[in-house]
Amino acid sequence: MLKSDGLKKVKNDLILVGVICTLSLVGFLIFKLTMKDGNRVSVSINGEEKYSYSITDNVETDIITGNNGENNNTLVIKDRKAYIKSATCPDKICVGHRPISKDGETIVCLPHKIVVSITEGK
Amino acid sequence: MKIQTKKITVLALFSAMAIIFSYIEAILPPIWSAIPGIKVGLANIVTVALLYRFSIKEASIVAFIRIIIIALLFGNAMTLMYSIAGFVLSIAIMAILKKTGMFSTVGVSIAGGVFHNLGQIIVAMIVLQTKEIGYYMIILAITGTVAGILIGIAGNLMLKYSSKRRL
Repeated sequence: MLKSDGLKKVKNDLILVGVICTLSLVGFLIFKLTMKDGNRVSVSINGEEKYSYSITDNVETDIITGNNGENNNTLVIKDRKAYIKSATCPDKICVGHRPISKDGETIVCLPHKIVVSITEGK
Repeated sequence: MKIQTKKITVLALFSAMAIIFSYIEAILPPIWSAIPGIKVGLANIVTVALLYRFSIKEASIVAFIRIIIIALLFGNAMTLMYSIAGFVLSIAIMAILKKTGMFSTVGVSIAGGVFHNLGQIIVAMIVLQTKEIGYYMIILAITGTVAGILIGIAGNLMLKYSSKRRL
């Protein structure tokens, strides 16, 4: 099947992969080069900003969400880094995320619709 | 009439297969838990195979049956939205690239994988009202490419074996 597709198509496939990789690399470089240290840790629930902390704070707080307050994500801010220590969501992706400290970095908990993001602030 | 019956049966068979693929993936642990959304998307093997065996219409019917059933069994309205957005973008780009005739099945599948992730990122940006999440697309473009290659190869094999058995 692959062979009958012809060499030209395979070449085009490789060009496609090259374009995707190049675009990703360029995006990654732009992202890395424009990254600055953040000052504020902002917590949004359902797209609305609910809490805001200074990155220099030492915080350990429970973010309660859900209709009956059944969802809990524990946010920790320590040594100018923010991370989720524990969560009741099924996938625990936010807990596995590395600590964030740079402007624009985010930790997302999709099941609980929580976004923890670092902003430049003042 | 006979052809119609056969087609319905074949599509039902492929739907069942797609649902099983999704089920297997749903019970497997995530590949890399640090970044959400990284999946091979085994069910897309069926989508690619059907796109080539029949057309965009048949591939879409089977994919929608699979998406709805999987959402009812394991998901919710949220996951349904992500699935549909990913699927619509990926089938659209795959049908377009297939029509140009410039790419092999694997190339078409790669574009499908990347656009599937793009669709899900767009929904995430809308739902969470956060454009920062768009940065994930950098990683998801690469993982979508890898998934697309695997799916494309598997789709080819499925086409080969199903045509051998005159399905």
